[in-house]
Amino acid sequence: MSTIDWDLVRTSLGPLLGGLLRGTLPLTALSFVLGLALALVIALMRLSGRRVVSALARAYVSLVRGTPLLLQLFIVFYGLPSLGLTIDPFPSAIIALTLNVGGYASEAVRASILAVPRGQWEAAMTVGMNRTTTLRRVVLPQASRIAVPPLSNTLISLVKDTSLVSTILVTELLRKAQEIAAPSFAFFTLYGVAAVYYWVVCLALSFGQTRLETRLSRYVAA
Amino acid sequence: MSAPLLEASGLVKTFGTNRVLRGVDVQVPSGSVTCLIGPSGSGKTTVLRSLNGLEAPETGTVRIDDVALDWAARPDARAVSRLRAQSGMVFQSHNLFPHLTVLENVTAGPVLAQGRPRAEARAEARELLGRVGLADKADAYPVQLSGGQQQRVGIARALATRPRVVLFDEPTSALDPELVGEVLRVMQSLAAEGWTIVVVTHEMRFARQVADQVLFLDGGVVVESGPPAEVLVEPRERRTRQFLQRLLDPL
Repeated sequence: MSTIDWDLVRTSLGPLLGGLLRGTLPLTALSFVLGLALALVIALMRLSGRRVVSALARAYVSLVRGTPLLLQLFIVFYGLPSLGLTIDPFPSAIIALTLNVGGYASEAVRASILAVPRGQWEAAMTVGMNRTTTLRRVVLPQASRIAVPPLSNTLISLVKDTSLVSTILVTELLRKAQEIAAPSFAFFTLYGVAAVYYWVVCLALSFGQTRLETRLSRYVAA
Repeated sequence: MSAPLLEASGLVKTFGTNRVLRGVDVQVPSGSVTCLIGPSGSGKTTVLRSLNGLEAPETGTVRIDDVALDWAARPDARAVSRLRAQSGMVFQSHNLFPHLTVLENVTAGPVLAQGRPRAEARAEARELLGRVGLADKADAYPVQLSGGQQQRVGIARALATRPRVVLFDEPTSALDPELVGEVLRVMQSLAAEGWTIVVVTHEMRFARQVADQVLFLDGGVVVESGPPAEVLVEPRERRTRQFLQRLLDPL
């Protein structure tokens, strides 16, 4: 008996691609974009001069990093209903992943903001910019270049972390593979195909990261 | 005699336990060039940065034209930025915005901070770049320029907000020796055009030739001040003489 059922590979390519395009990729994209926005807020809170604000942000990051993502998913999907708050699987997944990305990425964002030299703030202030304008027009554009490598890491981890949401009934790539494999017990074949899909997506993202780094480094000394 | 354009008095500033300014007074008449000289750690850069609020002295007052600030009254950010808007600054390490072109660096203040029309700001920026000899570099990024060119862009950027006073913080100290001249010449031409200038510098020849007054600082106080022909040529104070002697003969 052959380990890999090539006919099954061929017939499952389409449905698994569906799981990727309808589940994994939208989950990744949505929670990354929302997570980044949250990360910026958390990072700015941590950099705030107000003790209470920065302590709140620090507590949040500690909580997110100190508990498993799987548990965070379960709390949102299985836990909240007992507080009278029932959320559908897909939004639950987006919420949990966003909160998770927000916590992790905030540290990369904060470090990148701090890596922009103090002289840039001073120069912006001496030409009359206020803090918000300085942040938007001077500091964040430079910080975003610095943040590309660590945030690419976060994004690539996120692609694979979305597989965890198969446990809260969201049909993405992994769950699709399970569904197709279950009747025939062809787990090796289906998980193999799913693995290739994940890998290809991550390869493409790594390629995109390199291009973005090149583009953003045009104004930096060679 | 009319009141000086810029007037600071009683500036006191402490970093930790180190009292770097112990009551400094500065008066700068309109259209004049003032050089702050002194050994490192004398407080001259702190004085300059107190004039635009990049440092906040504990006590003392600063007035530029009709905007006055009493540091002892703990002014809020708004008040500080109103004072800061009266001056432009050129930094030792230029601090150009690396992600913006030369032209965008110069228009950043007028457009992003002062809300002036972009077209007008760009035209004026090109004119300023022409005056510092960099008309052909408008679309370059700062990293593509030499140190002297970067510093001249820094000067154009400082002038673009139409400040009453231009503050220079050791503008040539980070430059290779052969690039110092091009920056000093631009500063000299600004002085000739009537700009009011305050410079922290170690360039004694510049101070000799261009300054209207020289302030020698040591230990956080103004030890001696006056026209360069007096302070730099016939100093009254022993500390001034020692400092000048060390510059003349470092070995």
